[in-house]
Amino acid sequence: MRWVVPEAEHMAEGTLGCQGCGGALSMRLVLKELGQDAVAVLPACCWSIIDGPWPVHALDIPVLHTAFETAAVVATGVKAAKTVQGKDTTVVAWAGDGGTFDIGLQALSGAAERNEDILFICYDNEAYMNTGIQRSSSTPTGTWTTTTPDQRPEARPKKDIMGIIAAHRIPYAATATAAYPEDLERKVQNAVAIKGGMRFLHLLSVCPPGWKMEADQAIEVMRRAVRSKVFPLYEVRNGRDYTITHWPDDLPLEDYFSLQGRFKPLLGNDEMLELVRGNVEERWQTLLARHEASHPASVGSN
Amino acid sequence: MPERLLLTGNHAAAYGAMLARSEVISAYPITPQTMIVELLSELTASGRLDAKFITVESEHSAMAACVGASAAGARAYTATSGQGLALMHEMLHWAVGARLPIVLTNVSRAMAPGWSIWSDQSDILSQRDVGWMMLFAESVQEAQDFIIWMYRVAEQVFLPGMVGMDAFILSHTAEPLIVHDQEAVDEYLPPFEPLYDLDPAQPRAYGGLVNRDHYFELRYKIYENMERAGQLLIDAGEEFGDVLGHKYTPLEGFMLDDAEYVLVSAGAMTSNVRQAVRDLREKGIKAGLLRVIAFRPFPVKQIRRILGGRKKVAVLDRNMSAGHSGIFAEEVRSALHGQSDAPPIYGYVVGIGGRDVRVETAHEVMDDLLERDEPEMALFVGVKGLPIGPLRADYEIRPLEPLEVVR
Repeated sequence: MRWVVPEAEHMAEGTLGCQGCGGALSMRLVLKELGQDAVAVLPACCWSIIDGPWPVHALDIPVLHTAFETAAVVATGVKAAKTVQGKDTTVVAWAGDGGTFDIGLQALSGAAERNEDILFICYDNEAYMNTGIQRSSSTPTGTWTTTTPDQRPEARPKKDIMGIIAAHRIPYAATATAAYPEDLERKVQNAVAIKGGMRFLHLLSVCPPGWKMEADQAIEVMRRAVRSKVFPLYEVRNGRDYTITHWPDDLPLEDYFSLQGRFKPLLGNDEMLELVRGNVEERWQTLLARHEASHPASVGSN
Repeated sequence: MPERLLLTGNHAAAYGAMLARSEVISAYPITPQTMIVELLSELTASGRLDAKFITVESEHSAMAACVGASAAGARAYTATSGQGLALMHEMLHWAVGARLPIVLTNVSRAMAPGWSIWSDQSDILSQRDVGWMMLFAESVQEAQDFIIWMYRVAEQVFLPGMVGMDAFILSHTAEPLIVHDQEAVDEYLPPFEPLYDLDPAQPRAYGGLVNRDHYFELRYKIYENMERAGQLLIDAGEEFGDVLGHKYTPLEGFMLDDAEYVLVSAGAMTSNVRQAVRDLREKGIKAGLLRVIAFRPFPVKQIRRILGGRKKVAVLDRNMSAGHSGIFAEEVRSALHGQSDAPPIYGYVVGIGGRDVRVETAHEVMDDLLERDEPEMALFVGVKGLPIGPLRADYEIRPLEPLEVVR
């Protein structure tokens, strides 16, 4: 399916994002379909910096900065005020993986359970990048970070945030990445269109300095994450109906890992690599089964 | 027409939030505050109060939701107690820095461990330096009225404010309450006009990075506005009398004119201290009472004027700062520092963890005050097995002995 990405830009050039920043690109793409009657809530994350110091502001919607663990609930408060005022403003919580998977999880779960009328977007660069590359519960097995050094790389698998969110049975949740912009824009459209409840987007967002890779490979790396089934693209409606939106093509995992220096410990450890391969395949099969259960007649079609 | 009802302090607070036309209320249950949010839930569910009620998953989130709502231009209210106020701490700072006039009621209770739900000022006084205005209620009527008074000032200085009321002694005790006429409250408290409201037509960023070139000035403005709040509390308290029938002041004196010995107190225990002062006057002792209502901003100049020239001052603290003294005593001492006619300040620590502070307790304090020559930082009243006095002189640090295991 082709989808035209709108040409209009809603983010200023020259932000403080690093070269090849997936978080900055994700924001730029999301704003294209978000609409102008919107407010963003930013907890502590790379975007606390990227937006610029006062009086600079890179977006053409208002931004309320807030404390690390509060994105979902501050967005809830903003939405409550807008509702009381009779306004239909879209309120977005925009958080990194730390502010979503870790410190922000309690408020996120609360908002999801209450089915708050907000759009929560996690741009996931798989570690605490703003503080200088420390592991989070989003960091995948075998990864180097400054707190999981080469001698003791990340041992645990990445937390299944989509599974956690789906368990709250919110109206809409989807994964996406800036490497597939048409898919991403369509999901933003879907999320904005479903009003009256909680919507969640999980955006894999490359971090060239933290992933130890060349900035000009940013798009390629995110694309390979999808092709190798490490980060499948799909959406979940009401926590039950799964739809795979882009079919991977069996790209070997090594082709994804080898572009990134952070996976050096993994590539040198056959046992760990096989463990990861098993986990990726197991998660894919689970997703596939859910997709097939939701779409009995159209298995394998694109 | 105003109504006269028999209500608890908790229900009075809920009526205060309703009369103030709070627009977004967000709260989490905690004893002994819970009745406030229960009643507010009913009032919003029935439509009697046109507000959005958010049942969040923690007190930290309760304050965060208020921050979001207030930043978007709504009048926001919450209520909490003890551990809940402590959990809010980070977001209490946020409300100040973001200049959001949120009002909260804190039903003051002791901090754990051990678990204690009983009256104690430690929770609220632990938030002394966050930059919130703080009022201490003594009656059910004040538990309601101070919310309205607080919003009136908070929305002029764009600083948040909290109203403290004592666990159970006020929160669960029914007293006659005048529920003001809504139109009169509306006249006193106009609709909230926010500094900013996250209007998409004005895409600005709030609360982001500030360089060293600017942060100091932002904090200076907070200090400046807290100073302004001192006079505004007086003005708004006066106006409360004109419009709603009862004048409020940051400090309240009782039999102070010729008093040689002044007892300083805050909160509900003041009622018993006041009775003790009456008794003492009958005995011919020139006693008086100074009740501290506004703790932040602290009425330093007025306290210097009122307490200057007295023979002795006893400050009653239902709290203590370990390593120093009771916190009210500390503040009063600091206010009087360097004043040539400053009286000696005797700090008394009473009623920790809800231990009763009776009329008799105030008498014990006065007996000790009359007898004692030198002031002490913290004189403990009612510790089992010990007379009123400072720390045990023979106290030595010993390793804890292992408990005998009973099988």
